[in-house]
Amino acid sequence: MNLYALIAQLLELALALLVAPLLTGWVNQCRAWLQNRSAPPLLQSYYTLHKLFHKDVLAAHNASSLFLAAPYIIFACMALASAIVPTLSTELVFSPAADAIALVGLFALARVFIALAGMDVGTSFGSLGARREMLVGFLAEPALLMVFFTASLISQSTSLSTIVEALAHTDFVLYPSLAFAGVAFTMVSLAENARIPVDNPTTHLELTMIHEAMILEYSGRHLALIEWAASLKLFAYSCLGIALFFPVGIPALADPASLGLALLILVSKLVLGGFLLALIETASAKMRIFRAPEFLGTAFLLAVLAMLVHMLLETGS
Amino acid sequence: MTDLLPIDQIMIAATCWLVIGVVGIAFPRNFFLISRVLFPLGALCGLALALFALGGMVAEPQVAVLPFGLPDLPFHLRLDALSSFFLFLLGATAAGISIYAAGYFRKSAGAAPGLQCLLYHVFLASMSGVFLADDAYAFMVAWETMALTSFFLVTSDHKIPEIRRAGYLYLLVAHIGAVGILLSFGVMAGSAGDYTFDAMRAFADRGIWPTVAFLLAFFGFGAKAGVLPLHIWLPEAHPAAPSPVSAMMSGVMLKTAIYGMLRVSFDLLQVQFWWWGILLMALGLATAIFGVVFSAVQTDMKRLLAYSSIENIGLIVVGIGLTVTFKSFEMPLLAALSLTATLYHCINHAFFKSLLFLATGSVLHATRERNLGKLGGLIHRMPWVTWLALVGVIASAGLPPLNGFVSEWLLLQSFLFTAGLPQGYLHMLLPVAAASVALIAALAGFTMVKFFGVVFLGQPREEKLGQAHDAGRLERIGLLWLASGCFLLGILPNAVIALLDPVTRLLVGSGLSAAASGHGWWMLAPISEARASYSPAIFLVSLVCFTLLVYFVVRGFYHDRIKRGAAWDCGFPLQTGRMQDTAEGFGQPIRQIFSPFFRMISERPSPFDAQPRYRRVFEDPIWYGVYLPVARLVEFGTRLIAFLQEGRIAFYLLYSFITLITLLVLTRG
Repeated sequence: MNLYALIAQLLELALALLVAPLLTGWVNQCRAWLQNRSAPPLLQSYYTLHKLFHKDVLAAHNASSLFLAAPYIIFACMALASAIVPTLSTELVFSPAADAIALVGLFALARVFIALAGMDVGTSFGSLGARREMLVGFLAEPALLMVFFTASLISQSTSLSTIVEALAHTDFVLYPSLAFAGVAFTMVSLAENARIPVDNPTTHLELTMIHEAMILEYSGRHLALIEWAASLKLFAYSCLGIALFFPVGIPALADPASLGLALLILVSKLVLGGFLLALIETASAKMRIFRAPEFLGTAFLLAVLAMLVHMLLETGS
Repeated sequence: MTDLLPIDQIMIAATCWLVIGVVGIAFPRNFFLISRVLFPLGALCGLALALFALGGMVAEPQVAVLPFGLPDLPFHLRLDALSSFFLFLLGATAAGISIYAAGYFRKSAGAAPGLQCLLYHVFLASMSGVFLADDAYAFMVAWETMALTSFFLVTSDHKIPEIRRAGYLYLLVAHIGAVGILLSFGVMAGSAGDYTFDAMRAFADRGIWPTVAFLLAFFGFGAKAGVLPLHIWLPEAHPAAPSPVSAMMSGVMLKTAIYGMLRVSFDLLQVQFWWWGILLMALGLATAIFGVVFSAVQTDMKRLLAYSSIENIGLIVVGIGLTVTFKSFEMPLLAALSLTATLYHCINHAFFKSLLFLATGSVLHATRERNLGKLGGLIHRMPWVTWLALVGVIASAGLPPLNGFVSEWLLLQSFLFTAGLPQGYLHMLLPVAAASVALIAALAGFTMVKFFGVVFLGQPREEKLGQAHDAGRLERIGLLWLASGCFLLGILPNAVIALLDPVTRLLVGSGLSAAASGHGWWMLAPISEARASYSPAIFLVSLVCFTLLVYFVVRGFYHDRIKRGAAWDCGFPLQTGRMQDTAEGFGQPIRQIFSPFFRMISERPSPFDAQPRYRRVFEDPIWYGVYLPVARLVEFGTRLIAFLQEGRIAFYLLYSFITLITLLVLTRG
């Protein structure tokens, strides 16, 4: 473990924590443009967080300590997740501590806690949201794992750093399997981040909400932490997509010059990625909840197909 | 006791269990003696057994011959690494369950406490006998003792007809399985008539016979483990038994079947064919998917856990299948990896499933309710049980940083190595298998959220839950022991792998310990660090640090004021406990997606019904697909030969006479 790895790690974590709300703001702004609305300020997410942190927490009478602790745990999970994903450098302190499978486990841990918190107060919407979230989760999680497996089979490793190194720093090879995996990953990310077409982050319409239904009872700093964690999750998924499918520009070494360059490349990729997300959300319609399993089932099948394609076409050579 | 060999120490501990049982039956109504002295002593014996087994793990294999049994047929016992590992599992789990049981069995409960004490401890001792046996005779005696004592324990409340029915089903399947095991031993012993395991090991490759022995053994042990389609007894018997017994059966007794499969496939049989592995994997996956889907729609908390045990057994069988495949292609390191995952999952399952079963026992005592639809909100009344059950839930859902995740991680890692197998067809099958394992793990998460959320969170669904009380002190100690086991097994994977090393060396000739321990105790890297690594300790520490840091930073920068008010719920004013999701409601998505799995009977009221009743029953399609046709076939067959039964003694004498003559003719030639 050298000093640069530590610096890169801290920088990456700080970047994730600070920039994540900005990414959410950027996506909202793009969406507003595309839908011909006037957009909220780019920094609106920060203002909202600041406001929420100032407000008192109003908890239901029978909210238990699990309910009160969950926002902190969820936030910590997402912070750790964004520290594991290699964005600025592949030489990170945390990267041996958790590989791709552990990352999936980490997302699942956060999901279980938010679902349990949703059930804790005992309202009809809370448990409805928890049930739907777990439904989305149990289909999205294996699909995500299969996407990682495809990448691991190509790079002979499940360590995210090694995967990114193998994909970014070897001679350019066209992997048909990664194309399938990429589509699957996009579908999973939309579902996992509660975006259209699976969920709508701005709705409070009872028939359709998933994520919002679970967090209805949260207020004040708890809500702020959950919102912040949600934007961290979006940030982590975006960086994962970049790391797996567009890894060009993530340096192996963590010296200051390459870190600066990597930061520049990352920001431009995120700007583009955020715009694409807004484009997908604008161009598609929200599905009925019963269609979500079909959507995610397709993602799962595509991801398995990606593995099969790799096994059949790409291992022979 | 230092000059005694580990095998002697273990025999002493097992004998102590027998003695405790006998003392219990001598004072059948002395409640104080039994619950405050004998059960805690039994827990101590379990602890001692686990310690002695650790010694047996590293020692050379030892043998002992007991002068019991038939003339010329003494009991042969042998302690090697495989036996020691399973004895360790037995002892460590039994320590927790026994101390819990000390607080659990009440004066009013079913059979006399002394009888329970006898059966329970003979059950424990017979399981250690199964692990120690070194000849078919001793094995079958211990195996049958185990089956019978557990049968009587299941039917503790024998006055309830469903429990009698469950017990009968259990006994029936157990004996069908025992026949398979007996026949398998017969095949392996061959014509020599020597039923010691040593003689069976010498049994050379003779064409089709190893396959026959393997299939028979898999059938027999599969019946005990609950492999599809012989799982039918498990969701009936586990809920019927008292909770400590359910915990023991699910946590440890199912593992005796896994032990048997491993003993036969890797130790007694000297050859393995790759298609055995594929068969095991296919059946294991079918079992696991079936188990988890059924578990997700259950409304009885113990049935839910029983189906979840079927799922875990399925995963363990998948692991064995993968090991067989790797071994048959002579890839010892990978075989060691998948075998480590299998054994790791065995001990994990023993801990977390016992923990969850015991937690349901406490809930049952506090509320007298097993139906998930009538529970809820227990976190306020039973904080100890709730938080300890949460540990079991997270472990069982396979989430980091607890133990369930480690074995799942190892299993998925072994799947990633199947790309190196020399069989082309397997490359197509194995991604599908890996995807199914991932799906099963995710579904287990769904099930566990349902279990925990419906039982412990939310508002109470019934008035009487307000009087629920937390678990007593002894019960808490038992739960705490098992929860700490889940925790330690999750945080110290390298210690566990080092423990498993002698076992994998014995069975597949290679171990992971050398590669795994090269990176410090905190870093699990079974093959190499570049290939894959996971550090639960760093994971946990950073998660805890982040959580605390966020808490204090938020408190420092802003405030930690909190006000209480009515729930918001989008502004709906009326909130009752009945408006939350029931267990049925929570399982609804699974019912819809996996509808071909179920055989469902719905009764819906018409809109004009004065007393509307809504009922929905799920039935196991295997009852109708497999069991009823078999039963009909048997009935048909018996009707065909019924004409033999004339009811007159002359005819029966004639039959005996004809048989005698035929035998004489045959033996003469």
